[in-house]
Amino acid sequence: MPSFVYAEKCDGCKGQARTACQYICPNDLMALNKEIMKAFNQEPELCWECFSCVKICPQQAIEVRHYADFAPLGASVIPLRGSDSIMWTIKFRDGRLKRFKFKTRTSAEGSIEPYDGAPAGSPGDLASPNFFTEAGKTLPVPTR
Amino acid sequence: MATNGKPEVVEVSTDLLIVGGGMAACGAAVEARRWAPAEMKITLVDKAAMDRSGAVAMGLSAVNTYLGENTPEDYVRYVRTDLMGIIREDLVYDLGRHVDDSVHLFEKWGLPIWKQHGDEGKPLAEGGKPVRSGRWQIMISGESYKVIVAEAAKKALGAENIYERVFVVKLLLDGKEANRVAGAVGFSVRENKIYIFRAKAVLVACGGAVHVFRPRSTGEGLGRTWYPPWNSGSTYAMLLQGGAEMTMMENRFVPARFKDGYGPVGAWFLLFKAKALNALGEDYVLKNKAHLKEYDPYGSAAITPTCLRNHLMMEEMRQGRGPIFMDTPTAMKELAAKMDPKQVKELEAEAWEDFLDMTITQAGLWASMNVAPEEKPSEIIPAEPYLMGSHAGCAGAWVSGPEDFAPPEYRWGYNRMTTVQGLFTAGDGVGASGHKFSSGSHAEGRIAAKAAVRFIGDHADFAPCVAQSADELAAEIYRPLATFEKYRSVTTDPAINPHYVRPKMLMFRLNKIMDEYVAGITTGYTTGEASLTHGLELLTMLKEDSAKLAAKDLHELMRCWENYHRIWAAEAHLRHILFRQETRYPGYYYRSDFPKLDDGNWRVFANSRYDPQRGRWECFTKPVVGLVT
Repeated sequence: MPSFVYAEKCDGCKGQARTACQYICPNDLMALNKEIMKAFNQEPELCWECFSCVKICPQQAIEVRHYADFAPLGASVIPLRGSDSIMWTIKFRDGRLKRFKFKTRTSAEGSIEPYDGAPAGSPGDLASPNFFTEAGKTLPVPTR
Repeated sequence: MATNGKPEVVEVSTDLLIVGGGMAACGAAVEARRWAPAEMKITLVDKAAMDRSGAVAMGLSAVNTYLGENTPEDYVRYVRTDLMGIIREDLVYDLGRHVDDSVHLFEKWGLPIWKQHGDEGKPLAEGGKPVRSGRWQIMISGESYKVIVAEAAKKALGAENIYERVFVVKLLLDGKEANRVAGAVGFSVRENKIYIFRAKAVLVACGGAVHVFRPRSTGEGLGRTWYPPWNSGSTYAMLLQGGAEMTMMENRFVPARFKDGYGPVGAWFLLFKAKALNALGEDYVLKNKAHLKEYDPYGSAAITPTCLRNHLMMEEMRQGRGPIFMDTPTAMKELAAKMDPKQVKELEAEAWEDFLDMTITQAGLWASMNVAPEEKPSEIIPAEPYLMGSHAGCAGAWVSGPEDFAPPEYRWGYNRMTTVQGLFTAGDGVGASGHKFSSGSHAEGRIAAKAAVRFIGDHADFAPCVAQSADELAAEIYRPLATFEKYRSVTTDPAINPHYVRPKMLMFRLNKIMDEYVAGITTGYTTGEASLTHGLELLTMLKEDSAKLAAKDLHELMRCWENYHRIWAAEAHLRHILFRQETRYPGYYYRSDFPKLDDGNWRVFANSRYDPQRGRWECFTKPVVGLVT
């Protein structure tokens, strides 16, 4: 289902240069109606339902109503994404509820050091096929 | 929105320009920065935000290429069989020997990788045993896969070298040196700005092509393609227009997935051991296995190639024995019989996580249809075709192979460099070498980036020369906005106007042509010379009409350029299918006039090149050189 924004909850990410949903949408779908300072999905038929806007919204103002051209109405899938895990609440059309919690990462957000542990200076021979993390390793070549 | 008048022109001089922000581009960023001397400038441009851009934006529930205990030779054999005998074994082997290193980095950076009991907490790099869903696949909790990979890439390059929400639409060829890339141009999708990047080397890695064909869902579900709708064929279009030689552009991927939601079936088949049944409850794969003999040696392979598995499903559907259902209840029951209640609960969570990590719609669709997998089977169906080089498909550029062992005919200098000097690609951009998936695309970005850094060092005295003026480039990029402004008030409704075409209608026209004449779903993935020739005529008119694209704002300007790119990818696909006079990939597409697989004449690469100087296409073959028995 494409994402939609609850008018009552959206505050247009006041004080920010742009809304969180505008920042994150991979398909540039989320736009801000400046007259009422509320976000909306400007092209719902090109929404992949990736939930990036749903997960990032600080007001939890965004949900997804699954694609009306094939999904029966009444169900919902709602994430609550924390810094190392995500909680999902799934409501079936017939009212059944399921809840799941999954890990999302084992490191702290922002803590990645891509060259952590690598020796200083050139990591080796630029003409070799080795990655910087494969210094000194003899890489195989095909044997018939 | 201020789109009237001239945009501000921002000129950026750099050494290595990375176009794209997905897995391959993020791999490139990390590897390039580590090898490049401090004074070498590396710039990355993404049309979206890197945290959630590219095909892994939503996350993934598995890393599909991790060799572990397998050898690169094993990997070559697997990819070769799946892609019906025609692959660049040098490229595939090279990827196979590197890919695990990227997976080890992902784990180090924080990607949760499932481990077998007893090995929890033990990293793969230290011998921790993963939970395999197949010989090559490992299960992960991958909701934040892309966020993690992007964080490393952003840290490596530094925010000042990254341009998000800038859509690069065209490569710049050098004004002095023939067949040499000099940079690229693009525009901000948020501000009234044009960007001109001058670079000594350019690495184009912006994914495959979606919405080239009419999808099965054309209403609100238009966007629920299997691969993301923002993969608009930009890689292929820009490489083609730059004059790069392409290979296997006739290839496509037709994923057989849960119907409409396009949720993954891999874990269901491989991890949960579920079977797909026809309407009579028959295991049609088993029943029809003998039919595959006509496609030997590939048909009788121990692991049936992806296209042939599709072929068996399509045969059942053609015979009226659809719909096809994945028998999830039997699989769950059989697994649960060997488990205690706690394990059954875990199994259920795993089944849902498989969807929630990568295709949330499918979880929602199950909930919408009151489907609990232990109770109700789910329909599967072959989707619309996609053009890509990273999954079970192999469209892309013809690139130079690894310098330490590629055969001479596949090697002209720098690993993963196209036939255009200084122009590199990776991931979906590299042809004839599928089954990279997310991890392989990251590794291939690293391979290409290291070679690009060396190329730049070897050509230190090169000064990029852009022949067109900034004004000319700005006018070309902004033309759809100018067209809209010029004619919008001619009619009472700007949506309908005889002077222009809006991007969505152009895309629908493309989708219709490709679907009806180039083996889309409407014709059961079947075409022939007459259809293709007529399709090319219609496509040529569409391409002419693309000059009349009109955009009311920057968002639509992005759509205009995306759809222009789709036309180029589509044309290459059509021309290649016309050129290859056989049916190499039954289950992906059929040539009605050449229904047989013809290894005698066609176990060769179909290559093509668009000559940017003369505006002409040519198609030709290149030999397949085997390296692994």
